[in-house]
Amino acid sequence: MSKIPEDNVYTEEHEYLHETDQKGVVTIGITDYAQGELGDVVYVELPAVGAKFDKMEPFGTIEAVKAVSELFCPVAGEVVEVNIAIEGDPSVVNKDPYGAGWMIKLKVRKPAEMEELLGPAEYASHIGQ
Amino acid sequence: MSYVPHSQSDVREMLKTIGIASPDELFAAIPAALRLKKPLAIPDALSEWDTVRTVSAIAGEDPPLVCFAGGGLYDHWVPAIVDHVLRRSEFYTAYTPYQPEVSQGTLQVIYEFQTMMCELSGMDVANASMYDGASACAEAAILAGGVKKDRHTVVMAHTVHPHFRAVTQTYLGATGRTIAVAPRRSDGTLDLAAAGKLLGQASCLVVQQPNFLGVIEDLEACAAAAHAAGALLVVAFNPVAVAALKSPGSCGADVAVAEGQPLGIPMSFGGPVLGIFAAKNEYIRHMPGRIAGVAQDHEGRRGFVLTLQTREQHIRREKATSNICTNQGLLALAATVYLATVGVEGLKGVAEAACVNAHAAFDAVTKIKGYAPLCPGGEFFHEFAVKTPKPAAEIVHGAVAKGVLAGVALDRFAFPMDDPNTLLIAVTEKRTADDVDRLVEVLTKA
Repeated sequence: MSKIPEDNVYTEEHEYLHETDQKGVVTIGITDYAQGELGDVVYVELPAVGAKFDKMEPFGTIEAVKAVSELFCPVAGEVVEVNIAIEGDPSVVNKDPYGAGWMIKLKVRKPAEMEELLGPAEYASHIGQ
Repeated sequence: MSYVPHSQSDVREMLKTIGIASPDELFAAIPAALRLKKPLAIPDALSEWDTVRTVSAIAGEDPPLVCFAGGGLYDHWVPAIVDHVLRRSEFYTAYTPYQPEVSQGTLQVIYEFQTMMCELSGMDVANASMYDGASACAEAAILAGGVKKDRHTVVMAHTVHPHFRAVTQTYLGATGRTIAVAPRRSDGTLDLAAAGKLLGQASCLVVQQPNFLGVIEDLEACAAAAHAAGALLVVAFNPVAVAALKSPGSCGADVAVAEGQPLGIPMSFGGPVLGIFAAKNEYIRHMPGRIAGVAQDHEGRRGFVLTLQTREQHIRREKATSNICTNQGLLALAATVYLATVGVEGLKGVAEAACVNAHAAFDAVTKIKGYAPLCPGGEFFHEFAVKTPKPAAEIVHGAVAKGVLAGVALDRFAFPMDDPNTLLIAVTEKRTADDVDRLVEVLTKA
């Protein structure tokens, strides 16, 4: 069973969003299910701080041994922090996707878009759990 | 190198087996009066190169044109062993080595080739080759555009090979990116002040070393200018000249590309040739082409595999980098065999001889009435441009009848490098003082 923390929201593309202490800023990463499906992550390409993305625009790429996937920005916003540590040690994405394996912190431009994402129960059903 | 098939102990053992004391006894049946009492009257051993020249002359073959043409391809000596190895059937038909279990030889050659290209260029990582120098240059511009996504121009020195510029323009045309051309100074080097003004929105600065007019650029200054503007530096280097000059990597280049033909590949009227592509490690995922790496098999033995295939189209689909190496594998092998044959000291020797010969030719040609350096004050390696008293194309045409290919007329390109009265002359290690005398003679009488 993949872990699906209750205090996150999710996308059908297997990303999670976690609200931070800063108002309107969310942490984004990939879910436990996603890292398990990908296998050993060998490389993550992340954007620069200050980069702006529209909803569902690719913000980076994640590479496992036999596949490369786009990382989609679940809601429109501006990148305020990037987890540079995972560029040096991508395996933390496998070990701790919801903790040390986070990818970017995003200042959300349209809070209403957050309402359209999946809750934990909906995501569990999406992955057949 | 010696290729004596039998050691002395082999000979002793054979003599013992047939029961005689020396090979001379084999000829005992020939009456003593008929036997030669002195050594055969044959000359001393010659180098491979001198042997080919001598035997060709005895055979009465038409001597090839004495070649002073360069402009991208150069008339270097190709040792016979290069062709011999190329014709081995294990290599001759090799396709892309997708199955490492049956392709260790090909993969190891690729790995050795990559290692040699890294050592030559001073870069971290090299791929298993491109079509030619021009396509390698275009791919470098595409890499820079991928790294610097918000910058839409490429600044290219006017003195980059016109074919490199044309191919790069074709590749970039499909991506909406454009080339801005930076002029040269009177000594033939890049006008860095002018280039600097163009670099603000550029993904990269592309320079050639030595440049198309043969002049040596200050690569460290080019790197400083590019990096100050937030652009990458792409250097198209000559793989022989680099044995005598600082490598692109040591001068701060981000990507180094080259036409690999000077490394053991004949000029062949323009192709097939070999593209060299090397970069800093941080750009490896933006690199085109195949890369072989070292791995271990399940018993822990060293082996070779294609690696980083997530860049390639069978995995990454439409977002893949270019993937065009298969048919250059044989030429990459030629370069590998050439470099392994001549070695580090041999390549330095080739470079130094070409440089010395070229400077002797420059001194002689620029003394002829009506001929003058096109780039006065510019330092050069093995190629230089001169102003001529009449159109260079006419001079070249006239000289061919006298057995000399006197150079390349600089007005024959899509982006003409200068007026019709300019000639580009290249001098390799193969050119003798006698060859230079013949060049001077045809230019004087032109």
